[in-house]
Amino acid sequence: MATEIFLPAMSPTMEEGTLAKWLVKEGDTIKAGQVIAEIETDKATMELEADDAGVVARLLVPGGAEGVKVGTPIALVAEEGESVAAAAAAPVAPAPVATAAPAVSAPAPVAASAPVAAPVLVAKADPAIPAGTPMVKMTVREALRDAMAEEMRRDDRVFVMGEEVAQYQGAYKVTQGLLDMFGPDRVIDTPITEHGFAGIGAGAAMGGLKPVIEFMTFNFAMQAIDHIINSAAKTNYMSGGQMRCPIVFRGPNGAAARVGAQHSQNYGAWYAAVPGLIVLAPYDAADAKGLLKAAIRSPDPVVFLENELLYGRTFEVPQMDDYVLPIGKARIMREGTDVTLVGYSIAVGVALEAADKLAAEGISAEVIDLRSLRPLDRATVLTSLKKTNRLVVVEEGWPQCSIASEIAAICMEDGFDDLDAPVLRVTDVDVPLPYANNLEKMALVKVDDVVAAARRVCYR
Amino acid sequence: MAKSPAKPSGGAKNKAATDAHDHLRTTRIPAPAYPQTYKASVDELKQFYREMLLIRRFEERAGQMYGLGLIGGFCHLYIGQEAVVVGIQSALRKGDSIITGYRDHGHMLACGIDPKPVMAELTGRAGGISRGKGGSMHMFAVDHGFYGGHGIVGAQVSLGTGLAFAHKYKKDGGVAVTYFGDGASNQGQVYESFNMAELWKLPVIYVIENNQYAMGTSVNRASAEDQLFRRGESFRIPGLQINGMDVCEVRAAADEAVAWVRAGKGPVLLEMKTYRYRGHSMSDPAKYRSKEEVEQVREHSDPIEGCKKRLLESGRVTEEELKAIDKEIRALVAEAADFAQNSPEPDPAELYTDVLVEAY
Repeated sequence: MATEIFLPAMSPTMEEGTLAKWLVKEGDTIKAGQVIAEIETDKATMELEADDAGVVARLLVPGGAEGVKVGTPIALVAEEGESVAAAAAAPVAPAPVATAAPAVSAPAPVAASAPVAAPVLVAKADPAIPAGTPMVKMTVREALRDAMAEEMRRDDRVFVMGEEVAQYQGAYKVTQGLLDMFGPDRVIDTPITEHGFAGIGAGAAMGGLKPVIEFMTFNFAMQAIDHIINSAAKTNYMSGGQMRCPIVFRGPNGAAARVGAQHSQNYGAWYAAVPGLIVLAPYDAADAKGLLKAAIRSPDPVVFLENELLYGRTFEVPQMDDYVLPIGKARIMREGTDVTLVGYSIAVGVALEAADKLAAEGISAEVIDLRSLRPLDRATVLTSLKKTNRLVVVEEGWPQCSIASEIAAICMEDGFDDLDAPVLRVTDVDVPLPYANNLEKMALVKVDDVVAAARRVCYR
Repeated sequence: MAKSPAKPSGGAKNKAATDAHDHLRTTRIPAPAYPQTYKASVDELKQFYREMLLIRRFEERAGQMYGLGLIGGFCHLYIGQEAVVVGIQSALRKGDSIITGYRDHGHMLACGIDPKPVMAELTGRAGGISRGKGGSMHMFAVDHGFYGGHGIVGAQVSLGTGLAFAHKYKKDGGVAVTYFGDGASNQGQVYESFNMAELWKLPVIYVIENNQYAMGTSVNRASAEDQLFRRGESFRIPGLQINGMDVCEVRAAADEAVAWVRAGKGPVLLEMKTYRYRGHSMSDPAKYRSKEEVEQVREHSDPIEGCKKRLLESGRVTEEELKAIDKEIRALVAEAADFAQNSPEPDPAELYTDVLVEAY
């Protein structure tokens, strides 16, 4: 039977076109791939090729016709051996396309109008630490190293890769001793090539391994961010759940000391904005250990943000065989009743110091360590807000589009009736980090600013 | 399989001339022997024919369905390049991995993946191989060793190198074939990957599908070294330039490369000179090249016609048999197209699934 040729859509946005001219006439024999017409679209003039060989039986739309809807039959082609006259007489179906094609529905403008609700995540509680568990003093650096060593012992698919992680023992000595323990097949020095080794790591994870990729600092991971987001974060979704990318990208994040703007930036809000990633940013050694172990075990890609200034700080860590923390659960570092201070990473220390000062003034501050920036533990923040009715977010990072901004939005959307004062953000100053000692101090988040903000929301 | 850098002796009558010619298509560092054409059995040729035809007909149908508005967004067709993936895949074994960019439909079919869920992914339906959530450029079938389907030009080169890393780490004897185009060959991460692949002797075959145009930019307008098989030389990766329009030449090169890589000698680069008949994507009017250029290739170098000619010249296959194969393939593609149109759109609940593997 005769084959109909329809006016094709020639771009994602084309709805109608002009049939500029026919390059064949009725009765012509055409070959597969032969250009038979020129079509003007909203973007360009395109050539329409015949899909199959045959004889042009009828031209249904004349050359020069404008505003021809996509899907309108424009010609009839008789197949090999078919009578051209019979083909020409074949009834022409009405434009089937507009109805046959699935309607392109407009994207839902807000999540609320989606036909099904987004799943609500309920974070698990921290594991109970049995009474009598000894606490050992340990630096954050040692805690991170122990977490990796324990997980490498537990699962031989886990390996560590990055610049200077093996022979040099880590640029910041976080991987110290791992090469001796596990050998060069599992502790791998790379050239200086972030984009490349982030991609190789992601590929190895897709291939069934569990890589821990160290960035010397997250500042250098900007060279690799395409793989963190496009390759690692989106793969499980794009594959309908059949291809995973269980990988940990870890390294120091945020300002160090006197290293200037290109080496001092907090990427927490950047990565926390991306669905498909887990983003963790611990403060103390126990959380660093428990969360890094959880990150390595996770079947999902994790961005694990450490802080250079915290590496050398000593904290107590419970001496347990397998201390693994839940992902997505904030931690109440200090209970209080008058105001809630929310922070993560090094800013938790700032908040705790501010809480001490506030206590001396008779203001009882509750301090929350978010620990996990994605998923974000909204419940713990909102429960605390319900109690204190005042909230200040402390963040070592820029203010605009920050985690602090996100917490403020959450408090407005879901805790508005509990607020007795506006949520305040205490962050770094909105400038690239300067080098000069005095300017750097001025730019970074400060305890006194937190104290002042807490007083303000308490109207004191 | 010869693995030494020396040319195989004998065979060609005009040996000196052949060697000189092949020499120009081989890097100056130790490389696999320049392959002689693969002597395929009639059954193998028939299989090549069938697989290439399936890709051609599938892509033609995808093009038609795009025109009907059944396929959205971008749609990059593989028409003209069929010999590359069919020839390479025929040299691989179970357990090997492959990865490619966004022009991926042909690679999936050559991996033996059912055309139905592939076509249904193009139409964005529940029956799609990514359940409608990936689309034409983002498809995966790990059970077939197919690791995507990646939309960012060049990203698959690092990822494929990572797949090779995993093979070596697991000591499973597998190789990773990483397909990319002449356009991707100018991305920086390609060279970062080359460096580590050779440094660590990873079992990876880099296949540059040089179809001459990166979207609308010809190779010579974009590449200071336009002989792309030499692109690995400064990393000591041997390269061969192969006629990618001849499935038997592709297969022969793949055999050499696989032997080299499986022997632990590190990566090999194969530049496949090929051609895409259609535009870069469905919305590309392809004004950057002449009709005559396309016509010339179609008339004289078409991989499917070439294979057909070989089959008929063997005297052991009739025109009728080939027509029967053609009919069978058309039916297969029609079935895939029907499935892709009749499969429902994804359930709304799918919007929220697969963001993360685990619930936290």
